[in-house]
Amino acid sequence: MKRHRSKIFLGVAVGMAGLIALFEGQINPYYFQIIMYIGINIILASSLNLINGFAGQFSLGHAGFMSIGAYTSALITSSLKLSAGDASAYPLFLLALLGGGLVASVFGLLVGIPSLRLKGDYLAITTLGLGEIIRVVIQSLDFLGGARGFSGIAKISNFFWVYATVALLIYLISNMIGSTYGKGFLAVKDDEVAAEAIGIGGTRYKIIAFVMGAFFAGVAGGLYAHFVTYINPSQFGFLRSFEIVVMVVVGGMGSIIGVILAAVLLTILPEALRTIAQYRMVIYALLLIIIMISRPQGLFGARVKWKKLLRRGKIAPGDRV
Amino acid sequence: MSEFLQQLINGLSLGSIYALIALGYTMIYGVLRFINFAHGDVFMLGAFAGFYMAPHIIPFFGGAGILPALTVMLLTMVICAIIGVIIEKLAYRPLRSRPKLTVLITAIGMSLFLEFGGQLVFGPDPKLYPALLPSANIVNAKDLVIGTNSVVVILTALVLMLILRLIVFKTRLGTAMRAVSYDHRAASLMGINIDTIISFTFIIGSGLAAAAATLYATVYPSINPLMGIMPGLKAFIAAVLGGIGNLYGAAVGGVLIGLIETFVTGYVSPILRDAIAFGILILILLFKPSGLLGKFEAEKV
Repeated sequence: MKRHRSKIFLGVAVGMAGLIALFEGQINPYYFQIIMYIGINIILASSLNLINGFAGQFSLGHAGFMSIGAYTSALITSSLKLSAGDASAYPLFLLALLGGGLVASVFGLLVGIPSLRLKGDYLAITTLGLGEIIRVVIQSLDFLGGARGFSGIAKISNFFWVYATVALLIYLISNMIGSTYGKGFLAVKDDEVAAEAIGIGGTRYKIIAFVMGAFFAGVAGGLYAHFVTYINPSQFGFLRSFEIVVMVVVGGMGSIIGVILAAVLLTILPEALRTIAQYRMVIYALLLIIIMISRPQGLFGARVKWKKLLRRGKIAPGDRV
Repeated sequence: MSEFLQQLINGLSLGSIYALIALGYTMIYGVLRFINFAHGDVFMLGAFAGFYMAPHIIPFFGGAGILPALTVMLLTMVICAIIGVIIEKLAYRPLRSRPKLTVLITAIGMSLFLEFGGQLVFGPDPKLYPALLPSANIVNAKDLVIGTNSVVVILTALVLMLILRLIVFKTRLGTAMRAVSYDHRAASLMGINIDTIISFTFIIGSGLAAAAATLYATVYPSINPLMGIMPGLKAFIAAVLGGIGNLYGAAVGGVLIGLIETFVTGYVSPILRDAIAFGILILILLFKPSGLLGKFEAEKV
């Protein structure tokens, strides 16, 4: 029954996205751009949430996956000579997005495998490094435009593409979390050794998280490329990755709705506060520190009631939890 | 041959700077078991501290030379040591018993805060670090130039490392530090004040980063608020390469990373400058995660 309802949600959401897309020309272009960025950031943050929040693997290389998706799909559409405003281009655009996502997920797999041996800090630096390596490699590839960037990408992304992807991703994640798979994720995140002891292999779940997270980051990259029409490697540096991480942390790692709200908030906020734009990163950084010290579950995440657990004797003071 | 020698000297001087930063990473990791992401930014603050102090100190000694250079370096070390302790007290101490991920994110936040706070305070454009030493060349052949700067860098780093070795292995404080890094609880049962030792570790680590910054700025005088990111990450990789938590490992790893980076940039392609270190990191983590000199640690359940 529940599953049925979520399918209806998906259908309605995609339909709505299509409907709104018909009228997107009416929206003020500046607002429309922000709306598109919100959607793309929701995809990025939610897909990172899969890796960081659900699988507990701290990745700092999400912009790398995004750039792979962006470049792959841009390469596909430009070699197919797709043009904007041509409805017959849509199936091929879908193919290009999927292609970008698939190539990104191959890289997700490549990152996922070493991540099996790495923990916390090491993984963070390794993924950051991989993101940088991807950037340097793209910069040195001439057919991708090198440091000059890739320009003249057809502007095919519209409201429908972005928000249909958002709906699909939310549908997938929320269904997965309720399933046996999702419980496996949470078990591995909470205590990997204990999870393995009861037969839940951490390996499989971590790799699934990386592959799926990278896939959607790649799709988001494709959507982004076909909206801004010009991409270059420096747009996908590690500051971009940090921004996505901030969204996940502020929203609450593992909270689907929290991360979405944070992505919306943190996309609008810098626009609303244009006059103090130079403070943006400082504010992000302070947000990270303050939230970690005072509310580590994030603004919207569920609170683990340590005191209650203590009182009931479920854990003892000094336990490592 | 002479090109090789040139690269070797450059690599050694860059590597000894990485080694000094890596020592801070490794020591802090030793006592707290987490990577102080903000370490590279303390390094950056060191460069800026020197930048603002040097114009007042150099005239006081009547021109550039060994004494003003030493004064600037020592003052910078003191300033950064204080900053390091403040960072630990404000950001890391409240989180000491929290999950590792929480501390890691806080450290990243602190790093971003220093970088972009630095951009606000110092301005984002690069600045020219004043020359602390009169520039001269020890060897000035047709195709081999060895400046005093690179030699001074290598020697200073060496002296600092020897002093560090003395502190860690020959003093009571150093013994306490090693005890804390071995086992927090047991050390505190033996009457060691953990907080003091952790503060002390931050003093030494940040001081070394500041010394590294002064040396770095004499060789590469263009400084900016984001300059700490790459040397910080590379020094971290050096610490991992040598085996994190191991002092000799950090020194060896730093020099190796410096040499590899210089040779790859010189002989293969300059575009790989920043990617090569990460490549090394991935290889080392895949094949020998404990590092060259580190020992394998089994996970306790």
